[in-house]
Amino acid sequence: MFMKLAVKSLLNRKGSAILTLMAMTISIFVLLAVEHIRYQAKDSFANTVSGVDLIVGARTGSLNLLLYSVFRIGSPTNNIRWESFEDIVSNPQVKWAIPIALGDSHKGYRVMGTTRDYFEFFSYGNRHSLSFDKGRVFSSVFDVVIGSDVAKKLGYSLGEKLVLSHGIASTSFSLHDDRPFTVVGILEPTGTPVDQTLHVGLEGIEAIHIDWRQGVKVPGSDITADEIEQLELKPKTVTAFMLGLKSRVATFRVQRDINNYAKEPMLAILPGVALSELWQMMKVLENTLRLVSVLILIAALLGLSAMLLASIRERSREVQLLRVIGASPTYLFLLIELEALLITLVSTLVGVLLLYICLIAAGDYLASGYGLYIQSNIMSASVFYLLLTVVMATAVAAAVPSLNIYKSARMVQ
Amino acid sequence: MTISLNKVHFAYPDMPDKPVLNIPSWTVEPREQVFIHGPSGGGKSTLLNLLSGLVAPTGGELSILGKRLDKMNQRQRDRFRANQIGYVFQQFNLIPYLNAMENVLLATQFSKHQRANAREDEVEELLTKLNISPDARYKQATKLSFGQQQRVAIARALINKPRLLIADEPTSSLDQDNRDNFMSTLLPLVTAYDITLVLVSHDMSLSGYFTRIDALSDINCLTGDG
Ligand SMILES: Nc1ncnc2c1ncn2[C@@H]1O[C@H](COP(=O)(O)OP(=O)(O)O)[C@@H](O)[C@H]1O
Ligand SMILES: [Mg+2]
Repeated sequence: MFMKLAVKSLLNRKGSAILTLMAMTISIFVLLAVEHIRYQAKDSFANTVSGVDLIVGARTGSLNLLLYSVFRIGSPTNNIRWESFEDIVSNPQVKWAIPIALGDSHKGYRVMGTTRDYFEFFSYGNRHSLSFDKGRVFSSVFDVVIGSDVAKKLGYSLGEKLVLSHGIASTSFSLHDDRPFTVVGILEPTGTPVDQTLHVGLEGIEAIHIDWRQGVKVPGSDITADEIEQLELKPKTVTAFMLGLKSRVATFRVQRDINNYAKEPMLAILPGVALSELWQMMKVLENTLRLVSVLILIAALLGLSAMLLASIRERSREVQLLRVIGASPTYLFLLIELEALLITLVSTLVGVLLLYICLIAAGDYLASGYGLYIQSNIMSASVFYLLLTVVMATAVAAAVPSLNIYKSARMVQ
Repeated sequence: MTISLNKVHFAYPDMPDKPVLNIPSWTVEPREQVFIHGPSGGGKSTLLNLLSGLVAPTGGELSILGKRLDKMNQRQRDRFRANQIGYVFQQFNLIPYLNAMENVLLATQFSKHQRANAREDEVEELLTKLNISPDARYKQATKLSFGQQQRVAIARALINKPRLLIADEPTSSLDQDNRDNFMSTLLPLVTAYDITLVLVSHDMSLSGYFTRIDALSDINCLTGDG
């Protein structure tokens, strides 16, 4: 009956109750979204690369290098000469090296030129290496291996012919359309930017740029694809490369050697160190977002409190009646608290559901646009504690109207 | 003795120098049906609030059903009221957003010894006795006619089987027909349940229903102008 009284009392004031409920829903949605995405982004970033000792690129900020080489965010400032790459790899400490050439795209998905070593040595998450869902590694110049999202979203299967475009914008219209590539392999999903990438051999990248200068096709040249296959294609530059070392102890020495490399300015970074730099940078953003979401919650709670307080004004006769039939002031205090908690509870349900739907809807966008892989399952211990805090905050905020009704209940005469 | 007042004195806290009630002695026997009349603003409602324990006297001895209300604290008086006393007002007797059944059931929540055995069929039975038709029982209180509302109010007041029923101008918002209907429904039930009734009104025409008729001015001895 106590519950029925609270529910019916709220239903009796549908208009203001629903508006308050909406405000609470939005605030809980924002609070949970910030918390969840914050947590998942870290997880997703940390899982993107593993087992790589050093990442090397042209001299730039270490974060920038990390972002474009691993997360495909932003664009590289400069390339490294192929000779420099070969020089570094000849260091006896180097166990394996994966060169990366970026700069082309296909329908908004980035194309990465690399070598077959990539499929052997690159690993992600908890030291998982890449595996093939279908097909095999590229072997000829115009072979391409595509990530699982690319295959799924574009509906590609083995044998599909596709054309790469210059630049990384999805609307880029300078197509390398005279030299189509054939899909020879499709990778298993990894939950990392690999899923959004098309992989070709470095020779392939070289081949499509053969008669291009400064990003523009040189008019009048018409080497055919067949002729290119006959050419001995040697890459001239790479964007960056990843190194695996024989002994981790050597990491800092090799890093120093690369950073002091005389013939070309280069930068070597430890992915872990760069990641923690990223966290450090995100911390400000993270805390700002959290602060804003907490402020929104406070605003919504104040609205809830104001709505209940206004309702009490209209309910003085109801208070009188309840008192006369034997309800104690404490009963009335708890009645208002219950009404507040009911609103919060319903808001939480709606907010959680809304977030769940939004995460499913925005998942692809976050993955392709930002290399962020956010799980839609938001139930975790930290979310549970967060919701518990919201419930307690509701009880505290509702104490104002509850104490108000308690006082007027005591004064009933 | 159901009600016994001895040198009871009451003044509202905002006007401590102007007592509303000063009653040297007043008693009511078990099963008596008492009608108290007096002009508006004379202190009738205040007297009933004292009897029901909503307010405490500022002086004197007040005992109801053998219990000294003036010695109880507010919580004890609340519980005593819920268990022993039924109350009917002039208006706003029902929670507007609950239906008739729920309004009556709500009253059972606060009475300790009735909580376990007050069931829906008991409420139905009582509402039948009060001529509340089955379809009216599940109507929201505000959708009932005024006469129906007052009869549901009787059910609400009686459901906990109180030993004392207090009615504050219960018919003053009703027309002649409904007033007669109300009184002729209430009095037999009160008699049948052995309940003591104290009913106050400024409407002298109700005195025909009662054998004991007290004027507030005879009970209440205010010295001077108060
Ligand atoms: N809550 C209150 N606070 C202060 N004075 C009150 C209060 N209620 C009633 N009074 C005063 O007490 C007197 C008696 O009022 P009341 O008992 O309501 O009379 P009646 O019910 O006979 O009309 C009036 O003068 C009224 O102004
Ligand atoms: Mg009155």
